[in-house]
Amino acid sequence: MLLIHCPYCDETLPEAEFAYAGEAHVARPLDPSSTSDEEWRDFLFIRSNVKGDHFERWRHAHGCGRFFNAVRDTVSDRFLTTYKAGAPRPDLTALKDAAE
Amino acid sequence: MTRFSALSLLRNAVTGHKGWTEQWPDSQPKDEYDVVIVGAGGHGLGAAYYLAKEHGITNVAVIDKGWLGGGNTGRNTTIIRSNYLYDESARLYDHALDLWEGLSQELNYNVMFSRRGVMMLAHNVHDVQSFQRHIHANRLNGVDNRWLTAKEAKAFCPPLNIAPDARYPVMGAALQMRAGTARHDAVAWGYARGAAARGVDIIQNCPVIAIRRGPDGAVQGVDTAKGFIKAKKVAVSAAGHTSVLMDSAGVRMPLESFPLQALVSEPVKPVMPCVVMSNTVHAYISQSDKGELVIGSGTDQYTSYSQRGGLPLIEHTVAAICEVFPIFNRMRMLRKWGGIVDVTPDRSAILGKTPVPGLYVNCGWGTGGFKATPGAAHVLAHTVARDEPHPINAPFTLERFTTGRLIDEAAAAAVAH
Repeated sequence: MLLIHCPYCDETLPEAEFAYAGEAHVARPLDPSSTSDEEWRDFLFIRSNVKGDHFERWRHAHGCGRFFNAVRDTVSDRFLTTYKAGAPRPDLTALKDAAE
Repeated sequence: MTRFSALSLLRNAVTGHKGWTEQWPDSQPKDEYDVVIVGAGGHGLGAAYYLAKEHGITNVAVIDKGWLGGGNTGRNTTIIRSNYLYDESARLYDHALDLWEGLSQELNYNVMFSRRGVMMLAHNVHDVQSFQRHIHANRLNGVDNRWLTAKEAKAFCPPLNIAPDARYPVMGAALQMRAGTARHDAVAWGYARGAAARGVDIIQNCPVIAIRRGPDGAVQGVDTAKGFIKAKKVAVSAAGHTSVLMDSAGVRMPLESFPLQALVSEPVKPVMPCVVMSNTVHAYISQSDKGELVIGSGTDQYTSYSQRGGLPLIEHTVAAICEVFPIFNRMRMLRKWGGIVDVTPDRSAILGKTPVPGLYVNCGWGTGGFKATPGAAHVLAHTVARDEPHPINAPFTLERFTTGRLIDEAAAAAVAH
């Protein structure tokens, strides 16, 4: 089972408390009526599906109930970091250097 | 290649089984092929077989990063059925089922296809209504499926618990008698043997790193661990790793890769006469010819390439099995494993051409690709050979995610995803 750090509760808790919520930083088109079919396809259906460091959303469903973002290596399933919704993407190189 | 027959078995039996020859050579890549297929699972090997047999294209290589049949072909729970709701899906899966029925004879290789029946349990009013709708839709499409009462279900599968005080009591079931199981490894081996006999090269332990395109945008070949291999056409049939490969050709795919787990019990005497599936409590179970109970779990909630999954899902699945079959609650589980499945937003496959000339894709089978193996391979070969889709796979385009013409089995299929 994954152990996930909730940045709001500041606690590391079992995966069973959390709900995965898909790729992070997927922005809804600002002007829907002028958005082309291809742009809608990209927004709705195309995901990076990275083999490696993946930016993703989680919700602390059985805790504070809030959404947050995480970076997880999809090969090892290890979390690099979690951060609050609305915060910018963290600098991965700095994070990895700090971890070593 | 030795042709298997009663006579060849007898001849080898009296000579101590020392006369069997290898079933396919372990080929090294040539510089150039007419068609390169990435992924030596049942789908990829089958496509090579049909390319050679039905379209006369034998200058073909099937390349795999590991050993053949070592991906999802060797990791699934071997369930074969075709009772899908939508017309497009019913045609595709029933085409596969038609081919399954004659596959052992076709390949001269026993794939152990067993029409033991797949029974899907209804546990609530919604299940009853949606299954009956499925049965009617299936029958209009000429797909075998019928309704059983709880008592009839119990008679068909005696270990089933139909007690009315169960947490999720069995209220009835949909039964596809034409459905069943097959020996998954034998499917890959049989197709590999048949393809190799017709001149196809099967190249194992050779990861494809990227798909190379020329200045005109068309496919030139593939970069592999064993160097560049030139190809006029490339077909990607790489399950969970499809989107990674397609990215290298500049095609972004509507796919996400999830771990899907399964487990088997210790072997016991025959006790399960059929396949039983329950969407509501989420359990799939059948018994292999070795006697192990083969149990399918669900996908993990998060994307991953780890080929293992979380224990909570296994606990949930085993709890569901014990609920439906209390007779099994003291059985020991032997092992569990995971495979990486590529899931599309509408839970239907993508099988056809891509925006890149000469590049074809067969992916998005999600949690249910094994059952489609012969059908998908057959229509993929047709698509690659003629550069146009077979009528059966014509609706399963990549463009449907732009046009909105989805085949939404996500909501409709007779299976929980």
